[in-house]
Amino acid sequence: MTGVLPIALEEATKVIQALLLSGKEYVCVMRLHAQVPEERVKAVLEEFCGTIYQRPPIRASVKRRLRTRKIYYLTLLESDGKSVLFNVGCEAGTYIRKLCYDLGEALGCGAHMRELRRTRAGPFIEDDSLVTLHHLSYMFTLWQENHDETLLRKFIYPMEKALEILPKMYIRDSAVDAVCHGAHLAAPGVLSLETGIKPNDAVAVFTQKGEAVALARALASTEEILRMDHGLVAKTQRVLMPRGVYPKMWRGSP
Amino acid sequence: MTTKIAPPWETKRSLVVKAEEETSPRYGHKPEEHPIQEHIQHGIINLDKPPGPSSHEVTAWVKRILHLKQAGHGGTLEASDSAGETPR
Repeated sequence: MTGVLPIALEEATKVIQALLLSGKEYVCVMRLHAQVPEERVKAVLEEFCGTIYQRPPIRASVKRRLRTRKIYYLTLLESDGKSVLFNVGCEAGTYIRKLCYDLGEALGCGAHMRELRRTRAGPFIEDDSLVTLHHLSYMFTLWQENHDETLLRKFIYPMEKALEILPKMYIRDSAVDAVCHGAHLAAPGVLSLETGIKPNDAVAVFTQKGEAVALARALASTEEILRMDHGLVAKTQRVLMPRGVYPKMWRGSP
Repeated sequence: MTTKIAPPWETKRSLVVKAEEETSPRYGHKPEEHPIQEHIQHGIINLDKPPGPSSHEVTAWVKRILHLKQAGHGGTLEASDSAGETPR
């Protein structure tokens, strides 16, 4: 199984949680156990779009109980009647091997996953930024031996990239260190925010310079937050910025 | 039977302003302006995973290549079936 595998380095490992919960996209080769007309395969793929039930496979890292997963799209790319190439966009934690098995059951002939390549993990996609281990090692050598950092700079994203598809809230300099100490975010600290935030949504808290401060859970909608002049607007869940980068401007030391 | 759900990466959002205030240049800096060493320490790469090894092994290699103490991957991609790690 190949493809997009974002790897967070050192301090950036703190954002992994956001990536693990992000949607994924794959391109997959499924092998059917009998010849099936393309139209019928298409119809079954269509049926699996939306919310499906999935029991994690035997070798899974989670408890094997029936759970629901969202399938955003499932598109047939090519089929010769037995091997089916398709594209799937799905919620984090969807097992594609199991999806193939279940598609086979629905088709009545049985099926298994033959090949799989991930083409998206949250904001990371199969584009020019994708690097191989060889390429990475070359770029590092170039920096170590020739002091040329251009390639490393080009291919290593700042950790903020991982938060690209989360709704964002930008806060005052004076609110930053409090959040870094684990405080929840209060309405007066918010300077701007993105549309479409609903209570309980995962949000990312940023400084005005665009540095990630924390992962949080919204307590109100965008519209409500805009009107609020006091009270909490987001619960801090994972602090991303070390303490002391911004000055401590809050009262009452611990 | 099922209703279509739009993928979260297609959500279009725009920024709305609640209050205005300048940020002080005295602390913090834009993420892209870190010195290279710090840039690596706060970095994330979009790796093209090779088929043989597990996600965990690949992460360990990245750690070794870049001389890091810590690294982690965002979402396991199982090792290829030929590696014998996954049941057929």
